[in-house]
Amino acid sequence: MTTTTADRAEFVADSRVPGKGSREGRGVATTAHVALILWSLLVILPLVWTVLSSFKSTQEVLGNPLSLPGKLRFSNYAHAWTTAGIGRYFTNTVIVVGCALVLVMILGAMCAYVLARFTFRGNRLIYYSMLAGLTFPVFLAIVPLFFVLKNLSLLNTLPGLIITYVAFALPFTVFFLHSFFKALPGEIYEAAQIDGAGEWRTFFSVMLPMARPGMASVAIFNFLGLWNQFLLPVALNTDSRNYVLSQGMASFASQAGYAVDFGALFAAVVITVAPVLVVYIIFQRQLQVSVTAGGVK
Amino acid sequence: MTPEVVPDGGPQRSAVRRRRPLTFDRISFMVVFLGLPLAVFVIFVVSPFVQALWYSLTDWSGFSSKMNFVGFDNYVRLFHDDIFLKAVRNNVELAVVVPIVTIVLALTLATLVTIGGSGTGTVRGLRNSGFYRIVSFFPYVIPAIVIGLIWAQVFTPSTGILDALLSKVGLKGFADYAWLGDARTAMPASMFVMIWGFVGFYMVLFIAAIRGIDPEVFEAARIDGAGRFRTAVSLTLPLIRDNVQTAYVYLGIAALDAFVYMQALNPGGGPQNSTLVMPQQLFTTAFAKGQFGYSTAMGVILAAVTMLFALLVFSVNWLTGGRDRKVRR
Repeated sequence: MTTTTADRAEFVADSRVPGKGSREGRGVATTAHVALILWSLLVILPLVWTVLSSFKSTQEVLGNPLSLPGKLRFSNYAHAWTTAGIGRYFTNTVIVVGCALVLVMILGAMCAYVLARFTFRGNRLIYYSMLAGLTFPVFLAIVPLFFVLKNLSLLNTLPGLIITYVAFALPFTVFFLHSFFKALPGEIYEAAQIDGAGEWRTFFSVMLPMARPGMASVAIFNFLGLWNQFLLPVALNTDSRNYVLSQGMASFASQAGYAVDFGALFAAVVITVAPVLVVYIIFQRQLQVSVTAGGVK
Repeated sequence: MTPEVVPDGGPQRSAVRRRRPLTFDRISFMVVFLGLPLAVFVIFVVSPFVQALWYSLTDWSGFSSKMNFVGFDNYVRLFHDDIFLKAVRNNVELAVVVPIVTIVLALTLATLVTIGGSGTGTVRGLRNSGFYRIVSFFPYVIPAIVIGLIWAQVFTPSTGILDALLSKVGLKGFADYAWLGDARTAMPASMFVMIWGFVGFYMVLFIAAIRGIDPEVFEAARIDGAGRFRTAVSLTLPLIRDNVQTAYVYLGIAALDAFVYMQALNPGGGPQNSTLVMPQQLFTTAFAKGQFGYSTAMGVILAAVTMLFALLVFSVNWLTGGRDRKVRR
């Protein structure tokens, strides 16, 4: 970009001897591998240590952190799942994230479709206020939101959490799908109309199936975002029976801080991470593609 | 919602816009497709934001119906609140350091993957690099709270793996060092955890951006004798400039939040409030102390700092030449 013609001429004069370059190239490749392996180790080692520790007894955890577990104590997992309530939090999370995901995908697709393909007064205003909803920090809204839910008697309930998740995931979903619906050719809409399909039918039988690739990407994003959600449940869902995984983990860890059961704590971490990690490894190609498609925009 | 609703037919909109008859199908369609999502959005997102602006001007405690308008008193009080100001400083520090280190690391790793391969003529990607990409991406699928918890355990003195490893390699001084319990290292250690969580995601984004560059550009640079380092700095970087800017804004906003990470690593704000961030302070002020008016004022400040940050990044990018490219495009 910044290279001028003069620079370029200078470089041509300086061009390397062939052969020398290939050895240099191999050197670079080796260095690159070493650096990347180091980084990979930095990522993997804490995870491996967590898995190993999840099989240890509390004495072993408090003893030598580098030692291997004496035997595989699956009882830690049983303890985490039942006594520490991770099983219950897991179920809650699956319910909340599952419902919120389905709802936000339907509502988001409908809203994006209308905003992208119909002209009416206020269209732009709605679209831009949704964009603004993306940029404002949730923290600004959290206190009034608490009272909105309280007044609707939705505070500390799973439906309350679901609808809040949906509302805050909506702007991103609409923003992302807007371009997908915009890109669909207008002839298809007209063909559907001529064939006698109403607006509802046109959307569900024609338009929605065509936006499938976009829907898949957004669904992945939303799933990870909702599974990861921490602030909303911590502020709006304080009944411990309704805890989702992330807040259950936090409260379990703060109890474990007083030396309760370290093996179970590590087991709880593994239970939380493992399902998503396994799904990621299976679908990593698609996931990376959709993350790239979404992020570059 | 208004009667003159007309489908616009996408990119090639028809020249003549016809008014369609208002049938039950059309009316129910608009009410459900636009009305329903908008109702949810307005009730749970827009209204809390608007209410926040009002509450921040009152002395509301949240549990009494009594609420006095106090004007900008809350804001004046905030500027004299040492603990809050400390939190603001911590947040600003995070918003500067975390994005820079994350981006430099992610760019370096992405560059190594894409143009680190051996060969002379063309610039080749590294062989078997898929493995690194998959592994680096792990942290992105791990919930942030869990990342924090894992590292909190790694950093724990005597039972954590870090001190154990350090003493193993002969650094006996670290045998019982509390990384998160010492005001000197609590913040750097927390920053490290956030960076660890972010790098893989941005690495994948940058790899995609670099792969999107026309390979002939690289070839031309190589034929002209540019080394790999020079290629990366004077070619790749300017070409993916917009991606870097977007990454900086996202990372900065994440660093201005940082709530989850800090809550996992040091729920109390760290030794001498060294890792306290605005959201944590806001949360305690609201839900533990019941000073809702005062805490929403903190929210407004947080929003203002976030906007200011984004504005700053965009103008720096524009001033340092980002505008040239847009014109040339």
